[in-house]
Amino acid sequence: MAALIKQRRVVTESAPSPDQGEVLRLEPTDDPASVADRLARVARVEVNFPKFGDGRGYSIARLLRERYGYKGELRAVGHITRDHLFFMESVGFDAFELREGEDPQEALAAFDDFSESYQASVARPQPLFRRRRG
Amino acid sequence: MYRYDEIDQRLVDERVRQFRGQTERFLAGKLSEEEFRALRLRNGLYIQRYAPMLRIAIPYGLLSTRQLRKLAQITRKYDRSYGHFSTRQNLQLNWPKLEEVPDILAELATVQMHAIQTSGNSFRNVTTDHFAGVARDEIVDSFVWCEVIRQWSTFHPEFSFLPRKFKIALNGARADRAAVAVHDIGLHAVKDERGEVGFRVLVGGGLGRTPMIGVVIREFLPWQHLLTYLEAILRVYNRYGRRDNIHKARIKILVKERGADKFREEVDAEWAQIKDGPATLIAEEIERVAARFTRPAYERLHNEELDAIGVPAFQAWVKRNVHPHKVPGYAAVTLSLKKTGVPPGDVTADQMDAIAELADRYSFGELRVSHEQNLVLADVRQSDLLAVWQEARRLGLATPNLGLLTNIIACPGGDFCALANAKSIPVAEAIQRRFDDLDHLHDIGELDLNISGCMNACGHHHVGHIGILGVDKNGDEWYQIEIGGNQGETRPGAKAALGKVLGPSFARAQVPDVIERLIECYLERRDSEAERFVDVVHRIGIEPFKEKVYGSADQAAARRHRERAVA
Repeated sequence: MAALIKQRRVVTESAPSPDQGEVLRLEPTDDPASVADRLARVARVEVNFPKFGDGRGYSIARLLRERYGYKGELRAVGHITRDHLFFMESVGFDAFELREGEDPQEALAAFDDFSESYQASVARPQPLFRRRRG
Repeated sequence: MYRYDEIDQRLVDERVRQFRGQTERFLAGKLSEEEFRALRLRNGLYIQRYAPMLRIAIPYGLLSTRQLRKLAQITRKYDRSYGHFSTRQNLQLNWPKLEEVPDILAELATVQMHAIQTSGNSFRNVTTDHFAGVARDEIVDSFVWCEVIRQWSTFHPEFSFLPRKFKIALNGARADRAAVAVHDIGLHAVKDERGEVGFRVLVGGGLGRTPMIGVVIREFLPWQHLLTYLEAILRVYNRYGRRDNIHKARIKILVKERGADKFREEVDAEWAQIKDGPATLIAEEIERVAARFTRPAYERLHNEELDAIGVPAFQAWVKRNVHPHKVPGYAAVTLSLKKTGVPPGDVTADQMDAIAELADRYSFGELRVSHEQNLVLADVRQSDLLAVWQEARRLGLATPNLGLLTNIIACPGGDFCALANAKSIPVAEAIQRRFDDLDHLHDIGELDLNISGCMNACGHHHVGHIGILGVDKNGDEWYQIEIGGNQGETRPGAKAALGKVLGPSFARAQVPDVIERLIECYLERRDSEAERFVDVVHRIGIEPFKEKVYGSADQAAARRHRERAVA
């Protein structure tokens, strides 16, 4: 069982109970628009990263959060290492299933790899240049 | 020079820490080769033929003397006391040690430098006109806009794992000196009838194995929408760009497969959703960035009568290497890194120090790296030109060949690069030796000659008026020659264009002869001295040149017949 981080904490997962709703899993080629009307009823959405360098899931996450208003758990699964966490959290992921062999306790530090970012994102809806004012 | 604020500096420092950790984890076996590859590449670190290669970012080619001295010091301490300026206005070190790279980055950070995103499938260094801010035909100061884009494209959370590398060029003057048509995105500043600044947006240009000229997808993008529009393009590319084949992963392939109109529709649909959102630029931010640039304190001067200085060698240098400046009494000077016998773009540590000295004394402590791999002192008093020339000459940096055939752009080639099929530096040298008569060179006039050691085209051979490409034939190095390429409308005349292949390739020893024959053909056919080589090729086509090089069609057929018979 791969290690799981949720809301910046290492957790072990119990099996989901049926009343929590279904788990929706999106592949990089899936269009989040196609599941938009189901988002209110799911237990969580998983976005798969089949490769270390596959960046499509970042756009998917941002669209789920910003355009389709998804508020529930958004979990990155697949080839996830600590090196992805800062960016993934910025675009709206709040749960991370790390790849085999990645130490979750050590990985936690990576959320703070950077203390700022220039761009608007889910974590920082205003870009730095607007937050700088005042 | 842009000066970091506290946050700019903090991010660069945090990157050093992050990369140090990644290197340590790799050396401890906690990161696989493949994982570390993706991480080190986005920090400019390649594993090359003989050693790692580290590419240091010089954002939009602008460099202070303090930075240049630090670079000199780094090459002495961690490398072999020289560096190579690349066509992307960056500096490459060819001999660093993997485990010392974090220390190099830490030293760079002390002078507001880094190697962030100088490689890998990410945004690369934004490039621009090396006469930005001083050109007489300026529309906007492109450095300010480049810095706005640099910040937006640094560690972009959504676009840090793109299908492939991504290069943006921005041109702020009437003449295109930034080659905007051969970039993933090209931005050309324009003003509308009310004087409002905007950008003409080109997309899908690029060199490499599938060279293409970019298409205009928006004629006028008001500046406020620059970042949201870029974001829309990038989102379409990030989601739909091909990831199954590295050779088809650039945005140009997506644009081509979709067709420009379909691609524009998709971008517009995405843009409609985010237009006027939080990333919309505000005047205050542009002013803030502009105010963080140091500006030369120009004196009130009059233009000098340089013709009066009766030194022919100086006059030749002024004619080629000195460029007009928007402020009276000043000029921009190109220090040529194209001396015969020296690999194009290479500079020793001692030269770096000496150049820093020159820039401190004569050009407000700043310099620029051009994409033609030369250095530019942008703000020299005209009354200092003679002194600058004398010192540049002493340093071997005054070859008066700007815009001429011997100002060759070349990649490091097979002498250094693991990807190269063939060497490029000895070819450049052989051509420079053949054309060593300055009068003849001046008579030939403006001519861009570019050499790449393989089809990845780092030497931009597709847009050389003459382009040379190293190819591998059964383990031997051969050279294919193209003519008629053009990086852009650097002046009225030929448009941006890709060269056309002349015919079968040549052995290295033949190359200078072939170039000589091409030049003969040009001199016979030109209307006047004002008609450049590339203009003639565009007017009469490549056939006459082909004939001059390979003989008539009959002769060529006979030769092929003989070759087949021998084989």
